[in-house]
Formats: sequence, structure tokens, C-alpha cells
Amino acid sequence: MTSYTDKIREISKRLLKEGKVDMVIGFAKGSVPMMHQPMFAGNAGDVDRFAWDGNCGINLANYVTDRKEKIGIVAKGCDARNLAVHIVENKISRDQLYIIGVPCTGMIDRHKITARVPGEIEALVEDEAGKTVTVSGAGFSETFDRADVLQENCALCMHRNPVIYDELIADEVPEQSEKEVDRYAAVRKVEEMSPDEKWAYFEDLLSDCIRCYACRNACPLCYCPTCFVDESKPQWVGKSVDPTDIRIFHFLRAYHCAGRCTDCGACVRSCPMGINVRALTKKLEKDCLENFGWEAGLTTDQRPPLDTFKPDDPEQFIK
Amino acid sequence: MIPRHVAVQSRRDRIKGVIVHNPYLPYPVRIDEITVETEDKSLKTFKFVFLNPGDEDNFAYRAGQFAELSIAGLGEIPIGIASSPTEKGFVKFTVFKTGKVTSYLHAMKEGDVMGVRGPMGNSYPWDLLEGKNVVIIGGGFAFTTLRSSIVHMLHPDNRSKFKDIHVIYGARSPGMLLYKDELMAWAERDDIHMHITVDGTDDPDWKYHKGFVPAITEQEAPPGTADTYAIVCGPPIMIKFTQPVLDKLGYGHDQIIMSLENRMKCGIGICGHCNIGKELVCKDGPVFTLEELNKTPKEY
Amino acid sequence: MKVIQIDKSELEAGLGKLEKAFRLIGPVKEKGYHLFKTLDSGQKPDLDYMNTRLSARSILYPQSEVMFEFSLDKADEQYAILREPEKDSQPRAVIGIRPCDADAYAVVRRNFDTPEYKDPYWLKNFEATTLVGLACSTPCPTCFCTSAVSGPFSDKNLDIMLVDNGDHYLARIATEKGEKLAADAGWQRPAEGAENRIEDLKLAAEAKIQSEISTDNLANQSLNDLYEAEAAIWEPEAFACINCGTCTHACPTCWCFDVQDETYGKSGFRMRNWDSCMYPLFSLHASGHNPRGTKTARVRQRFMHKLKYYVDKFEQGIQCTGCGRCVRLCPVNIDIRRICNKMNSYDPETCSCAVTS
Repeated sequence: MTSYTDKIREISKRLLKEGKVDMVIGFAKGSVPMMHQPMFAGNAGDVDRFAWDGNCGINLANYVTDRKEKIGIVAKGCDARNLAVHIVENKISRDQLYIIGVPCTGMIDRHKITARVPGEIEALVEDEAGKTVTVSGAGFSETFDRADVLQENCALCMHRNPVIYDELIADEVPEQSEKEVDRYAAVRKVEEMSPDEKWAYFEDLLSDCIRCYACRNACPLCYCPTCFVDESKPQWVGKSVDPTDIRIFHFLRAYHCAGRCTDCGACVRSCPMGINVRALTKKLEKDCLENFGWEAGLTTDQRPPLDTFKPDDPEQFIK
Repeated sequence: MIPRHVAVQSRRDRIKGVIVHNPYLPYPVRIDEITVETEDKSLKTFKFVFLNPGDEDNFAYRAGQFAELSIAGLGEIPIGIASSPTEKGFVKFTVFKTGKVTSYLHAMKEGDVMGVRGPMGNSYPWDLLEGKNVVIIGGGFAFTTLRSSIVHMLHPDNRSKFKDIHVIYGARSPGMLLYKDELMAWAERDDIHMHITVDGTDDPDWKYHKGFVPAITEQEAPPGTADTYAIVCGPPIMIKFTQPVLDKLGYGHDQIIMSLENRMKCGIGICGHCNIGKELVCKDGPVFTLEELNKTPKEY
Repeated sequence: MKVIQIDKSELEAGLGKLEKAFRLIGPVKEKGYHLFKTLDSGQKPDLDYMNTRLSARSILYPQSEVMFEFSLDKADEQYAILREPEKDSQPRAVIGIRPCDADAYAVVRRNFDTPEYKDPYWLKNFEATTLVGLACSTPCPTCFCTSAVSGPFSDKNLDIMLVDNGDHYLARIATEKGEKLAADAGWQRPAEGAENRIEDLKLAAEAKIQSEISTDNLANQSLNDLYEAEAAIWEPEAFACINCGTCTHACPTCWCFDVQDETYGKSGFRMRNWDSCMYPLFSLHASGHNPRGTKTARVRQRFMHKLKYYVDKFEQGIQCTGCGRCVRLCPVNIDIRRICNKMNSYDPETCSCAVTS
């Protein structure tokens, strides 16, 4: 990963020096393990803080929404897809962006690792070959297969290479095929449940939610000036931790992301309670693929299916 | 009679800190009278009477304080008290229809029961103002606690405590002035200098000023001397242009008194919503001198 | 102040005796993380833990709490009149609360218990609660309590402090509440010479604290200078922030709340819910004007509140006990330790911070 970091710094320095961009957005190493911080470099001096490894799971497309500058942005596969969604939805123009594409082999799941060790992690090391992750803290040191501790969305990812970019920092990595990964196995498991089982499943899924809105705020799609849960004239949703209000928030947010979600996993990564809100968005991703042959963020010239209609739609309701 | 669930104690007891009274519990009140104040009907004055004897005494207030109006099922809104402590038997609030609670309130009827919680905040500095010239400068619907102040000062028990009283009050048009009948009556008196103004009017009989409040202030306000204080309440744009006028007239920033608004919930300095720096508008304010505000972040 | 010895094997029996007089609350592990819960009869608190993921704030101050109830039935004599609901006033004991969370109660008490107004909900819960703390012999690497207003063995806000000493706890009893609980539990055996042992363990624990903040200059700094330090502090720090409420929800010393009415048919509640200064709605006026309309302004508010406004207002140090939860949980690594050091070392002459990490 040191080569990735070097390359990002080199390109960023060049872009800033040549005046091609006003700022470059990337990641700095965090002050604690697994928590790298989105940062911008406005001059060549800041560039040396850029870093890249398996802890860059936040989606940087979230940081360009409605910005006016010329921006260089470090983008892994999902970030690039969300930039494409942003371009389609007019949240940024393609001309404003210089996309520094990062072929990605997946991000480390901080929730998974934290749960598997007996104390607070003080250091995390990935081997250069990208095979293992070693974490250590007071009185423990454990090495995991990298594949076992990836974020679930990364393990199931079909678009690890950026779909749009201006420059790639390394050769493309091999994409996973449908044969290798069954990306909707978890969704099918829920689909096959009885109504009672489903109810219990969703009740348990959201039972820890504290309504901090980290999932929403980490999501590049959630750029509404006023989210429906914050609307007060009229107020649609209660503000307490009543389970009904919590479910309304999550279900409606998921539906609002249908056909737009790239399964980047920023929502789950950000959740302080480790709630797998992707359980909702993944189902909608599957439906969009099956019903409309659509995957979000693969083009910049087509609006998502639930955002448009065709006069020859076979369904009656549209007429 | 409706029983109260808490022992009611006086404000003085509260300050000593001996109390277990629930400060979030409103006093039940009945709407006694509703007056439409402005031609666009966006402002109405609600006159409340307390349902429980004793509550009126517990609600003892000073001009410049505010209260939370409470409607069960909708919530509470902080509103300046428009009546004066010298007016007994009721308490009055003039409310602009803007959000959820105020819209509902505007649709309520005389006789309806709701709640009032307070009084809250620090009031205008009446001890300091005693023996001074007082210049009241108000614009639009921010005249409510100024009305309270004028009625308070003009009361026969109080008038001798103050020197000259000037009032500069402006609205968009004659129909948008609050308390029009009272304004006209005060204009006839010789113990208060009224300078009523409107931005514009086509009424040929209009006998008061035309022009914006800052301009009329420049023309009519007395110069700033050591014993002259200005109380300024109005929309941000009016305050912005009045301040340089007062500077020019020689008012020190400790002689310019302002009342702030911020989003509030509890009204008693606990919920944390309304702070400007370390001050809480609801408890440490809402009244601050400009000198004090210069020391705080402008987060209002 | 006296110290007794409680064998670990006796702990359970003692807690069993307490069940009659107290509702017992303790750390339990669920879905891989610890949280405070009311213990079922016979359930043991899991005292082999680092700290709970979220703070102990909600024990005294639930995230959502009914303040009043009312009827919206016009036929009802009490129509639209708010009444205080019956609240659980039964004595309760928190077993195993960490010193940072107990010290946080003292921090927030200055807000809820003022000379002018008393918050009855928080205070009644506080009065009913006995705090049996557990000293931190192995603090987390992200803890910085010793340089905040707490410490791994800080028992100034505990009724009893348990210190793990191998096969037994040394329990220092600090208050009458603590005396009573120990007597009810049958924990009476004096521990001779234990103060020295506790002192040794305390020094050992403090030596394990890996991170610290500097706060010595915060009170001297000009409030407006710090507020205006946009380029040196607020803009670079706010860039990554997504304005979620993770930090405020995890924090033991955040106290802000929103008041909401909710109705169900012909009855309703006035309730309060934790609010967060990270949210735009927190400061939005009904007119649409927002005095803290930007992300940077909201990030600044949170840190200025904890590290400057509180310091100036109460003159009792910072509004932070160094529990490290916000550092561990912030999804974008906004680190209060770094920001505090920046604020403490900010020089308005040069508009720069001498310490930036």
C-alpha cells in the first residue's frame, strides 16, 4: 500500500502545482487505528499527509456535494460510482473533477475486528502482499486473513476498479465474478423468511439504533437540504427512540436510495452501533438489478430507474 | 377548580434554591380575549387569565421578560410578554403566525384552555433605567415587550422615576402597526414623545412620520448623554442600520440595550439550544447591552 | 472513609441481598459490546470489561423521557392540562460504573441543578441512585481521563469504589449511601492497610494512561479569539465532519435536549429527547434563519462548549472526563484531544497553534 500512498501524493502534488485543481480530497492516517480521516490538500505542503490502505472506507463522494472548486479526488471503485451518481444528479459537474482512481481490494471491517479481539486495538498492520491483517493491543496480537475481515460490501463487490477516472494510480485489480461471490445470499435468506421471522429480524436489526444519523450523514446520496426526519413544517416523524419512528427513518431512507445506492458500505462503517443497515439497501439493489437490469453509478448519462419513467411503461399505474 | 400537582412557591424561594417545583410545568390558562392586531391578520394578541388563583402572583414578571406558551399536543413557543406588570388580572402576548404551534394558536378560540410557563429571562434593566432618559426604538412586530415597558413607565406610580421618554416605532404600513389605538393615545400625551413612522402609506390623513426607523431615529432621538439609554428591538436589518445612527448620536455601547431571540426549548437555561458563547439567551438574556454582545459570538 | 474487602466469590451473594432494596444496574455484554442494563434477578454484572460502548448518561437521563402526560379528550375535566406522570423512585444501584462516567454526573449536575432552577427528572434519578464504581486498572489507549476532570481511580463522585485486587475487591466507601449499600449487602470485612495497596494500584493505572491533553491555557484564552480561529482550527477540523450525532450521543457530559409533544389518539405526552448541536435543526429559527447554518459553525459549537464556554461559565475545568468514546467512535476521526491541544496552544497574534496533534 506504500506504493499507492506514494502515487497519490505524487499525482496530487502535480495537480496542485500545475494549477489543474484547487484542492485534492483524500485520506489522512487517523489518530486511532481503522479510522482514517477525509482531508483536503490545498497546497503541495499538505499532500504528504495523504495515506492509503485498507482503512479508507468512508466514501469521499460525500465531500464534493455542491462544491464550487476544481477538485482532485481520490476514488476507489465505489467512490467513483458515487461520483457518477452525483454527476447524473447535478451535485457536481464532471468538468470540476479530476478523479484519481484507486483500484481497490476492499476495506477492513472495523466492527468485525473489534469484536474479535479482547481489548482496544492500538495498532493495525497490513502485510504488503495484501493477504493478512495483524492487530495488537495490551496483551494481545492477532493475525487475520484479510479476506475474513473485509467489510461485507467489499467482499461482495463487483466493481473494485473505478468506472470513471482521469488517472489510475495502479494497474486494475481483477474483478470478482458472479461465480466467485454470491452477492445476494443474505438478501435471499431474508426473502425466504416467514412474515413473523422477518418481523423479528428487522426488529432485532434496528433495535440498537440511537438515531445519531451517522448512516445518513456518511452517505453521499443523503444530500437533501432538509431530511424528511428533520422536517418540522409539517413534522412527519417523531423524534424519540420509539421503534416505529426508528424503522420509518431507516425504511424510508433506504427507499430514497433505491437505484442510487452503490453499496459502498459507508453507512455501516460509520454506525457507532455496528447496525447492518445495508440489509435494507442491498435488497433494493437486488430488486433494481432484477427488475430493471440496473446498477447505480456505472454511467454518467442515464438517470436511475426510479427517478424517471417511460411512456411505454408496461405497468398500469403510470398511465 | 383544577388541582395542582405541585406546591407552588414564589420566585424568591426559587432563587434561594430550596425548591422542588417542576419548572417545566406550565400554569393552566384560559384565553379570555383575542385581538387581531394587523391588517394581514398575521399578528394576534391573546389575553390569558390564570385558571388557578395564586398562579398570577407566582407569575410576577418585569417588562422585557418572556414566557413559553404551551399547547398540549403541539409544544411550546417562547414569546415576549406584551402586558405590563402594572396591568392586573391577566397576561397578554402578541403572536406572529409562523410555525406549527403559532398556526394552531391563531386558530384557537376565546375560552380555550392552554398553558403559560414563566416568566423567563432577565427583563430590561429597570433599576439602571431609573432616573434616566429612555429612548425606545422598535420595528415591526418586535414591539411587544416595548409596549409592556411603555405601559409600565407611564403608570402613575412609575412615571416620576424616569426622565424624558421617547418612542420611535415603525412598521411597513399603518395597518401593520401593533397596538394602534394605544399608540394614538400615547401620541396625545405630553409625558411621552411618540415618533410613529411607516415605510410608506397612501393615506392622505396620515399625520405621523414616513420613513425607515433609522432615519427617524437620526431626526428625532435625543443625543446620547450619560443618562440616556436606548432600548432597540426590531428585525435584524433595522438593528443593523440603527446602530451606526446611535453611534453618531453619541450613545455608548453600554447604553444601547437589545433583546435577542434564538431557538429555545426549555426557557430556563438547561436544554442548551439558545447559547451565544457562554451566555444562554433564555436565562442570561434575552436582554443584553451592545457592549455585552460585542463580547459574544454573533450566533443569533 | 473506610476500606473493606469483598471476595469475588461473595459478590454475587451480596448483590442478591441488594435486590430487595435496590434495582440493580450493571454492564452486560450484548452483540459483542457492553452496555448498562437493569439486571434480572440473579443476573451478574460483567465486571470483566473495559468500558460500555455508550456512556452511563442514560441511567439518569434517558435518551427519550416522558415529562408530562395529558388528555386531549374534550369531555375530560383535565383536558389539555399537563400532569406529571408517576415515575420510578425506587432506589437503584449502578454496579461497576467507571470513574469517568461517575465524574461526568458531577459535570452535568452543574447544568441540571442551578441556584435558580432544578431539573426534577435528573435530580430525582440522581438522588435515588447509589454508584458502586469500578476503578480502571487497565485503561484503554484512547483514555485521557487523568488530564481531563477524572482519573482511573477517581472516586470523588462514587459512593463506593471497587478496586480489583486479584481474588477480591478492595472497596473504598466514600458516602453514607455507600455505607448503607455495603451494610445491606453484608459487605463489612475491614481491609487492613488497604489504602497503601489502592494507592499503589492507582499509580500503576495512571502510569498506563497513554494519551493526555493540555488544558492549562484554555481559561486564559480569549473566547472571541478562539471562536474566530477559523483558519487555524475550525475549518480544517470541520472538513471531515459529517455532522452526525455519534459524538454527542456517546458522550457522558453532553446534556442538550429537545422537547416534543406526541399524541396517541386522545392522549399524549410531552417528552424530551437528546438533541445534538451537530444538527442544523438544533439552532434553526422559525423564520428560517439559522445562526449556526454551517457545518464549521456546528463543529466549533461542540468544542467551544466543552472546552471554553463551560470552562468560563463554571470555572470547574473542562466539560469532558476523558472517557475517549468520541475518539473511538467518530467515523471520520474528529479527535477531541487534538482539538483541545490546538485550542490550548492557539496564538491569536500569529493565528496558529503551537501544538497540532
